[in-house]
Amino acid sequence: MSYEPTIVAFLCNWCSYTGADLAGTSRMKYASNVRIIRVMCSGRVDPTFVLSAFKEGADGVLICGCHPGDCHYHEGNYKCLRRYHLLQKYFQQMGLDKDRLRLEWISASEGRQFAELVDSYTETVKNLGPCKMKQVIETLT
Amino acid sequence: MAKEEKPKIKMAVYWGAACGGCCVSVLDVHEKLFDVVAAADLVFWPIALDIKYKDVEAMPDGDIDLTLYNGAVRNSENERLAKLLRQKSKILVAYGSCAHMGGIPGLANFSTREELFERIYDTTESTENPDNIRPQPEYKVPEGVLELPEFYNDVRTLNQVVDVDYYLPGCPPQTERLVEVFMAIVTGAELPSKGSVVGALDKSQCDECPREKSDKKLVKRFYRPFEIEDDGKTCFLEQGVICLGPATRGGCGVRCIEGNAPCRGCYGPPPDVPDPGAKMMSAIATMIDENDPEAIEKVIDTIDDPAGTFYRFSLPGSILRRKIT
Ligand code: SF4
Ligand code: SF4
Ligand code: FES
Repeated sequence: MSYEPTIVAFLCNWCSYTGADLAGTSRMKYASNVRIIRVMCSGRVDPTFVLSAFKEGADGVLICGCHPGDCHYHEGNYKCLRRYHLLQKYFQQMGLDKDRLRLEWISASEGRQFAELVDSYTETVKNLGPCKMKQVIETLT
Repeated sequence: MAKEEKPKIKMAVYWGAACGGCCVSVLDVHEKLFDVVAAADLVFWPIALDIKYKDVEAMPDGDIDLTLYNGAVRNSENERLAKLLRQKSKILVAYGSCAHMGGIPGLANFSTREELFERIYDTTESTENPDNIRPQPEYKVPEGVLELPEFYNDVRTLNQVVDVDYYLPGCPPQTERLVEVFMAIVTGAELPSKGSVVGALDKSQCDECPREKSDKKLVKRFYRPFEIEDDGKTCFLEQGVICLGPATRGGCGVRCIEGNAPCRGCYGPPPDVPDPGAKMMSAIATMIDENDPEAIEKVIDTIDDPAGTFYRFSLPGSILRRKIT
């Protein structure tokens, strides 16, 4: 099967994006399925962004922020954590597998962990198969 | 004398997938009805006048000055009339929550057509249908072929089917707001730009709400209204009762809250809020007074049917629009 999932990843500027950058500068290899969007904080990830990603054809959405206690804005990652659980519950009611959304903490020094996370999450989304949301929205009658 | 009178405008009111409440809200203009009929000829209004579809088809294009279309689009008849009235009308208004965002009929987007038919024509406690008869768009009888509209799998908002000029939200809209909009049109006042929401505010319900609110909305669990004794004065959300005020446009006169019930969101989202449920999820996330994943899950579990609650009036008009199977 030639299906390659499209994964939109929202990375917070202070920890996770720096971690991803470290993976890059250390020339680590990881799956090319992620489309990285840098945000100032995981707390900036409005649920609208996540829903829009699926509307535009994403197969999975990955959010990464600083570890608990390390958020540059103190509470942003906790806010994100609560939104994440709400979104997952909403997803299940909408017929979307809750694994289509994933939240993980990646610090600035965790380049290796970031690369491994991308690989394993890409595998997870591959196993879920293509997300039908975009196609369903476009063919509503 | 008669020559000096302003020519009357031609007005139509139509219902798609609606409960009839919007049409009644038009009747609720009470004695203002005299002003309305003095300024407008009602050329089509199925709830009140016997004018047939073929009479509308015979009208020249753009002949109707103002059409209020209420109800969502859920079958082929709703769609045909939406397109016909668009063609015949200068101004087409999506009137009420169902035309605007999908409304209560839009909750059917949590099910497929087949699931709905199975429930209605098979499994309800009062159904007796041994031959398993289902509605057919065509049925042959000796006299000819009978036709029924086709029931669609999805509920759509009016603007997902035709071009809409204005939106007048509410379930139903406040009649006073309708009269204001109507008077603006007949007096030739300058109209807002196309695509505007009219008859509502740019502010949210919370901005209009008289209940006491503090900065620290923090809760350890949520309650359904019957599970808690409302103190009658504190913000519902602060008491742990889901209120869609933060995700809802003002303009109704906070009528539910005045009646000691939380806002259900019928006026749709304020400007710059594309998805009322997403806005509610954000608002609720800031309120949950837990930071541990398991404890957060527990609090969320006290919200009964989050999707149906956050999108009660807006599922077809939301970003994801329907449940997928
Ligand atoms: S959430 Fe509801 S009760 Fe609280 S301020 Fe807003 S509209 Fe009023
Ligand atoms: S308070 Fe909310 S639900 Fe009630 S009429 Fe106003 S907008 Fe609609
Ligand atoms: S700054 Fe990294 S999660 Fe807030």
